[in-house]
Amino acid sequence: MRHLLSTRNLSRDDAVRILDIAEDMADVATREVKKLPTLRGRTVVNLFFEDSTRTRISFEAAAKRLSADVINFSAKGSSVSKGESLKDTAQTLEAMGADGVVVRHPSSGAPQTLAQSGWIDAGIVNAGDGTHEHPTQALLDAFTIRRRMHGSAARGRDLDGVSVVIVGDILHSRVARSNVWLLTTLGASVTLVAPPTLFPVGMGTWPADVRYDLDAAIDDVRPDVVMMLRIQAERMRAAFFPNSREYARVWGLDDARTARLAPGSIVMHPGPMNRGLEISAAAADSTRSTVREQVANGVSVRMAVLYLLLAGGGEV
Amino acid sequence: MSARTVLHQADIARALTRISHEILESNRGSASLVVLGIPTRGATLARRIGGILAGIDPELGSDTVGTLDVTMYRDDLSRNPLRASSPTQLPAGGIDGKTVVLVDDVLYSGRTIRAALDALSDLGRPRAVRLAVLVDRGHRELPIRADFVGKNLPTSSDERIYVRLDEVDGEEFVSVASGEDAHGAHGAPGAPGTPGTHGAPTPGSGARP
Repeated sequence: MRHLLSTRNLSRDDAVRILDIAEDMADVATREVKKLPTLRGRTVVNLFFEDSTRTRISFEAAAKRLSADVINFSAKGSSVSKGESLKDTAQTLEAMGADGVVVRHPSSGAPQTLAQSGWIDAGIVNAGDGTHEHPTQALLDAFTIRRRMHGSAARGRDLDGVSVVIVGDILHSRVARSNVWLLTTLGASVTLVAPPTLFPVGMGTWPADVRYDLDAAIDDVRPDVVMMLRIQAERMRAAFFPNSREYARVWGLDDARTARLAPGSIVMHPGPMNRGLEISAAAADSTRSTVREQVANGVSVRMAVLYLLLAGGGEV
Repeated sequence: MSARTVLHQADIARALTRISHEILESNRGSASLVVLGIPTRGATLARRIGGILAGIDPELGSDTVGTLDVTMYRDDLSRNPLRASSPTQLPAGGIDGKTVVLVDDVLYSGRTIRAALDALSDLGRPRAVRLAVLVDRGHRELPIRADFVGKNLPTSSDERIYVRLDEVDGEEFVSVASGEDAHGAHGAPGAPGTPGTHGAPTPGSGARP
């Protein structure tokens, strides 16, 4: 693997391999010395053109646990036109000797531009680009599902037969897109539920069912996993639903809907949560909820990705 | 010249039995003994040695065998195609204050063992660390020496050692192939660079310990 830009082009074997390495990385977190010397002398730059807390510190923790040097580069507030600023920044990082660049950018495709432009020779990890993809989030979601389903026997397994319902702001969600590709590649079936206004156009090619009624989806699909997405108010420049109380009543995971979920099913949220809007406090704090596991697993999965991108001298 | 088999199944079994007796002798019994195999085939050998030890000394605790993955500690990661890691599983009692016997299939440059010693020091502080290998083929690049050796096998550095174990490969033998045969083995089971093959560097990929 040279870059990780999307989950769309990952094969099932690639994905299972990343998750298996992440299992070994997770073991490191249980040891007394939570550090590996693997990326000693390598430099990882966190290049964030967009606000983020958990993704940035998750990548920072992952890189540090692998002994890499971490430079945090917050480009917020830059007013230079996008193409130029990205190029200048990339060339600056190249001159500083970055081996890996973790990039978050409000424009879809910015990481791909970095990877293919020739401006910089480093391995590029997409940490969320516009409304396009967020591959490490999908990988940590798949990792979390696999661990909940198979426990300590998770190594080598895919997600065959697992049914996942993803609910909420599909239109603006890069998490949903990355998860649709990755989870179906791993053998899971994916159902997307949202108000019609929050679906993008051109979804016909997506390998997912589309529904508008959350109650019907819970009863018909009997999902093993319900993934609630954040309503991304900062990206909404139009009225997509009448008001938040109506959204919460019709498409939110409230206490009654949580109680109707099948035993053993899990509730996920990529965070940060809008409690009371897309997810109720009781659902977010219940034993079904994997929200905190997702954060912990994020570090392990990102360690695996950084290892695969930066440690080797070539393809396997 | 074809690959020459140097150890057959019965030879491997005898070597492991002898190594097990030697471990007990040098440790003066089975007290505080932990056997850690280095994946893939070292882990298999460690499980066998653990079974033999339990047969000899019934007082041996049931949870004494584990695996120690050294992938993340290697010094050749950036020179070779990337390897997937394996789980590290320690006995429940840990390794603090124990006598740890590391087990690997072939001892060559010593770099794998160097990585294993680093990995061990991140996991705890053993009282002592010993090394058991099925084959010692020489050509050390570091000051490392095995305490228990199944067979000393003087080789030339362009030769290649193939270790095949029943649990991993469905067949069992140790063989030596000359450099030319080894190159001819590309694509075949045990092609250069695959785990279980210990031999001359593949051109351009750097030395594999």
